[in-house]
Amino acid sequence: MDMSALMLSRIQFAFTVSFHIIFPSFTIGLAAWLTTIEALHLATKRPAYRIVFEFWLKIFGIAFGLGVVSGIVMAFEFGTNWSELSRVSGPIQGPLLTYETFTAFALEASFFGVLLFGRQRVTPWFYLLSTAMVALGTTFSAFWIMVNNSWMQAPVGYAVENGAFASTDWSAIIFSPVVWVRFPHMLLGSYLTGAFCVAATGAWYLLRGDFRAEARIMLRMGLYLAAVLIPAQLFFGHLVGDFVHDDQPAKFAAIEGRWHDEQPASEVLIAIPDPASETNRFAINVPVLGSLIASMSLASKETGLTDFPRQDRPPVLIPFFAFRIMVGCGVVMLLLAWIGTYLSIKERIEQNRLLLWCLFLSFPLPYVAILTGWFTAEVGRQPWTVFGVLRTADALTPFLTTREATISLVVFCSVYLFIFSFGVLYIYRLLRAGPLGSLALPPKAAIPSRPMSVLDQAALPASRNFAAGEQP
Amino acid sequence: MILFWAAILAISTLLYVLLDGFDLGVGIISAAAGGHARRDAMIDAIAPIWDGNETWLVVTGVVLWGAFPLVYATLLSAFYLPLILMLAGLILRGIAFEFRHRTERWRWLWDASFAAGSLVAAFMQGLTVGALVEGLPIANGRYAGGDLGWLSPFAVLCGVGLCIGYALLGACWLVRKCHGDVRESAYRLIPTLSLALLVFLVAVFSFALIEHLQVMNRWLERPYLFIFPAIGIVAAILLAASLQRRSDHAPFRIVAIIFVAAFGTLALSFWPYMIPFSITIEEAAAPHSSLAFMFWGAGLFVFPLMLLYTATNYSVFRGRIRPDTDHYH
Repeated sequence: MDMSALMLSRIQFAFTVSFHIIFPSFTIGLAAWLTTIEALHLATKRPAYRIVFEFWLKIFGIAFGLGVVSGIVMAFEFGTNWSELSRVSGPIQGPLLTYETFTAFALEASFFGVLLFGRQRVTPWFYLLSTAMVALGTTFSAFWIMVNNSWMQAPVGYAVENGAFASTDWSAIIFSPVVWVRFPHMLLGSYLTGAFCVAATGAWYLLRGDFRAEARIMLRMGLYLAAVLIPAQLFFGHLVGDFVHDDQPAKFAAIEGRWHDEQPASEVLIAIPDPASETNRFAINVPVLGSLIASMSLASKETGLTDFPRQDRPPVLIPFFAFRIMVGCGVVMLLLAWIGTYLSIKERIEQNRLLLWCLFLSFPLPYVAILTGWFTAEVGRQPWTVFGVLRTADALTPFLTTREATISLVVFCSVYLFIFSFGVLYIYRLLRAGPLGSLALPPKAAIPSRPMSVLDQAALPASRNFAAGEQP
Repeated sequence: MILFWAAILAISTLLYVLLDGFDLGVGIISAAAGGHARRDAMIDAIAPIWDGNETWLVVTGVVLWGAFPLVYATLLSAFYLPLILMLAGLILRGIAFEFRHRTERWRWLWDASFAAGSLVAAFMQGLTVGALVEGLPIANGRYAGGDLGWLSPFAVLCGVGLCIGYALLGACWLVRKCHGDVRESAYRLIPTLSLALLVFLVAVFSFALIEHLQVMNRWLERPYLFIFPAIGIVAAILLAASLQRRSDHAPFRIVAIIFVAAFGTLALSFWPYMIPFSITIEEAAAPHSSLAFMFWGAGLFVFPLMLLYTATNYSVFRGRIRPDTDHYH
């Protein structure tokens, strides 16, 4: 066993999966929203909906592309770097990911082509159906990934046969209560990501005084959706916490920064945990609140990390801080969404430039919350890959060399950095140019003085020679 | 149940090779497109369907994992570096479809990454198949070849061969999808590429005979395998005839038959091994509970649906590309 190959593989998996999750968490929400907008357009025939749709579709195209290519890597990385995990838990994880690919990817990929290129080739109803199919596909994908990951967090319904896991009860795996709190938590996170990105873009245009009709649609729909969903998200987050408390007490203690058993337990609001001395520095504690959060009781005894042997404890610093950052982002988003919704209903939001600025700058919050939430879940599961059954060190490809792991990490880092920089640049340019940026200009061969008012179904030009944000 | 999943695996792999084969091939040819307009036409001919095509690679990967976990674990870890490079190639070419429309100044960069990524991905796929045919060093059911155990002249030869094969498939696709210049130059490419492929096949067989590859014993034990080279010869004659007649749809179908024949050759010479000659299909198969779980949902119902989606996608974009409407918005 090569320890540095292990560390490099962990860094590589963490890096590639973190990079990947950024894009699905955006596109799952955006696909559902695009379906709504397209349906609204079919129902009302309002041109603004069509403009908003075409605009976000282009951004969806880039983000979806980045998600697809970084997702293919994940399907192979289990086998390349974690061959022992693949062999041992393949009979359970393999079928789950087979269901993901069969139910989701094929659906997404086929109808994605229609979405981007087929507007002129199919009827409006079939086009709407294609949009809905893409949205459905992204949701299925999230579901199976959460089933798979929840099994790694809280394995159920299995037995060990010939040195590998075999399922004894598939419905216990799929209908595990852990799945049904973690899947909604992830799905709501994605919808919130979409909602905040759309609302932030609307706020940006209102600040600039551009595209008022489209900006209002974006801001309102984004804010209203977020205002409704965030409380639900906090509720499901609490339920996820309950599962961690019951099934993964060491992770729970790490998140709470609780080193020793306490009764009743206090809640560490903020501190710097020190693993060497097994204490917290600069801690701000609230008495009894820890028991209340963990067990809904004023007197419960809560487990501390020192109850577990050192080799079975997760690292403390990452889950502790990542969790607090996630919750912090959630609270800020809640405030922004509620204040924004209130002012929007009162028709006063467009005069409140401070709030518009805050909303505009809030778009990273959902991404930060999703990433830190996953850091909490995955780092907190260590030292296990399949919790309590298979250690991360035993999951690695046994003959993987440091040289191979270094080469692959360098390849992935440089390729991802390269495509990420350009991807972000192109999305930024599209957003800056705005909903009419690429539509207002006629295609090269068209009549130069085409008035804006005929920007209807048939006249939407295919202006491939003009890239948004660049001078034609 | 094991046979069912072996069949699904074979169908998915074959579909991947045929479908992503032609769009990787178009990528390789695009390096020598000669001009923006022609390259645009080439990319338009595959843009709406490439993502669906590539999905079959993921399908192959996960079916392998779910139904034959031992093979998934062994092969993917053994081919560590080739697979990482193949993935890098697929990323760079996949992203180019979107990114090239987002810039004028830097379009050359994405066109280059499209062509180079396609070439690297195709080469690495050929290389892994070649190394597998030659035989991987396996000890105690575990790969024992080290970092570069897959690297050999034969494997490299197969890498080059698959690039030629995919390029040929790509040229045949362009003939049926494109107009004018692009169609003409694709027509001119087909004879050259066919000849190159023939030279490659002769080289592979000679090499296998000279090196006494274990696979060749199979041909003596199973003389019915000779039906595949026969199919290949018939197909080559038909291909020449179809080029004479300039029937746009025929070449793609005929080259596809050549690919099916080559795939059949490999599959039947490996049988019943999955990793020749150390791990059999029976040994690699997941427990019955896994195979049955996949069969009653994914296999029986969703797999036909996937074929339906693929067919829908192809039927929406059937016929030649329409320069006025098929451009990216």
